[in-house]
Amino acid sequence: MRMTITEKILAAHAGQDAVAPGDLVQVRVDMALANDITAPLAIAVFHELGASQVFDREKVALVPDHFVPNKDIASAEQVKMMEAFADQYKLKNYFKVGDVGIEHVILPEKGLVAPGDLVIGADSHTCTYGAMGAFSTGVGSTDLGAIMATGKTWLKVPETIKVIYKGTLKPWVGGKDLILFTIGRIGVQGARYRTLEFTGPVLKELRMSDRFTMANMAVEAGAKNGIFEPDDAVRDFMKGRTEREGVYWKSDPDARYDEIVEFDLSDLELQVACPHSPENVLPVSSVEKVPLNQVFIGSCTNGSIDDLRMAANFLKGRRVAEKTRLIVIPGSPLIYKQAMQEGILEVLLDAGAAIGPPCCGPCLGGHMGILAGGEKALATTNRNFIGRMGHSKSEVYLAGPAVAAASAVLGRIGSPDEL
Amino acid sequence: MKVKGSAFKFGDHIDTDLIIPARFLNVSDKDELAKNCFADLRPEFADKAKSGGVIVAGENFGCGSSREHAPIAIKAAGIGCVVARSFARIFYRNAFNIGLPILEATMEQDFIAEGDPVSVDLTSGEVRNEANGKTVQAMPLPPFMREMVECGGLVPYIKKQKMKSEVNDIHK
Ligand code: SF4
Repeated sequence: MRMTITEKILAAHAGQDAVAPGDLVQVRVDMALANDITAPLAIAVFHELGASQVFDREKVALVPDHFVPNKDIASAEQVKMMEAFADQYKLKNYFKVGDVGIEHVILPEKGLVAPGDLVIGADSHTCTYGAMGAFSTGVGSTDLGAIMATGKTWLKVPETIKVIYKGTLKPWVGGKDLILFTIGRIGVQGARYRTLEFTGPVLKELRMSDRFTMANMAVEAGAKNGIFEPDDAVRDFMKGRTEREGVYWKSDPDARYDEIVEFDLSDLELQVACPHSPENVLPVSSVEKVPLNQVFIGSCTNGSIDDLRMAANFLKGRRVAEKTRLIVIPGSPLIYKQAMQEGILEVLLDAGAAIGPPCCGPCLGGHMGILAGGEKALATTNRNFIGRMGHSKSEVYLAGPAVAAASAVLGRIGSPDEL
Repeated sequence: MKVKGSAFKFGDHIDTDLIIPARFLNVSDKDELAKNCFADLRPEFADKAKSGGVIVAGENFGCGSSREHAPIAIKAAGIGCVVARSFARIFYRNAFNIGLPILEATMEQDFIAEGDPVSVDLTSGEVRNEANGKTVQAMPLPPFMREMVECGGLVPYIKKQKMKSEVNDIHK
């Protein structure tokens, strides 16, 4: 039976030899994830179901990352509830402030995901782990509550769109540019209910951090999951993080695809998504030179050490523009420390950036950098919906770390070429 | 099973940040969420929906964040059903799980106007504009999903199916 990598992982977890798109399957879950917004509801469901135990205390991860360090009493109550649950059921993977980073950054970092795994999270960007050749997707709290109790869930096997990237990348072009470009082409519902399988010779030029960024934003095209075939880059990434091997599934050469799209990226410029949709994508040279009140570098999309290095590269010896605020939030404590050891934090501070503790920060307009009415921001995050980062009359542009750092210095949207 | 109410019309790609902005997510009480449903987009919504209603929307309704607070807020605000040309997948799952019926239907833009009285037959999938008698046929719900909605969502449904004992069985 010819199958794609996604179909193979689903078949393996359904205990079947084969599955085909459209099949409804009941699958076993290797890791169940929830955060401080979604866990409280999931915990309520878990109790309502009358469950007496979680299905496996090592396979439930609770990550308070959205409103931490607790921004107000209400969010403190939510985190307290998670902590009590983690205590009661002796969860191995609960992370308190100090250990915690953004969920989708720390799960791979702490070796909690391996290729071939099936990960379900009550967070839409759970699709991030496709970068490691895992099947992962987001659900809501009720589904997650039931999974915490049973270790199982049902899924519909998705059709797959194969995306083939060809050509040679220009300097500074990275995963964020590839995925923004792709969403710009296929649209925010171009992959609705389907899988985006990222392939092609260009991938060899990409680092793991680029792949995480791309799989992360698969959901912005409506996809159920985004996935890469795992290779030596994944093997290297896993070294020292976990003893687990994982399963390195590959799509069959004659696997069936619903659609195949091919992009030659040789002329691809740095990309920007304009308000208020991740599909309003333009090359940076065609975007108006909009003055910016704020630039944010961070989030589960671009909060990696590679992103911070790229930003520091352009901020070194320069100053953030007078009327612009630059907020940088490393994705995890480990990344924070690495940035410190490499002297990146000093570069950023000298440039005039504010550096926050690892968390989601202003990405969802939660705290630590909320926008006022009429303000404009450029962020390395994944969504620029109306009101996403604060006031409903604020505007958000999305880009990678190179454009973000350059724009912070210029005080308006611009490219590193202009520095 | 029929749902009736006046229409609240929305366009394409209504995301969950619009349905319930993140600043209201530090609580999960459904009445609190209902108060802030569409707070930025249509501040009058929560008040108007109290007397019931049907949301009629375009493509990709519920895209974005996985927050289940979105369908919870809509349901608690008083909306009996959402009919859209299409839904984002996480929202689709969440809506049934919390007992908010939603239907996909291919409709023309002008099939229903804001405030028109609408009735939705969840069994047959017929959506009817009571103002002019026009109808469209939505994909009817399979029986188990209808039952889930009737029970009020996945949790009561599972309980009713006596799966509770199974849930505990797996730990023996
Ligand atoms: S960083 Fe932003 S997108 Fe990622 S998990 Fe946090 S809020 Fe969601």
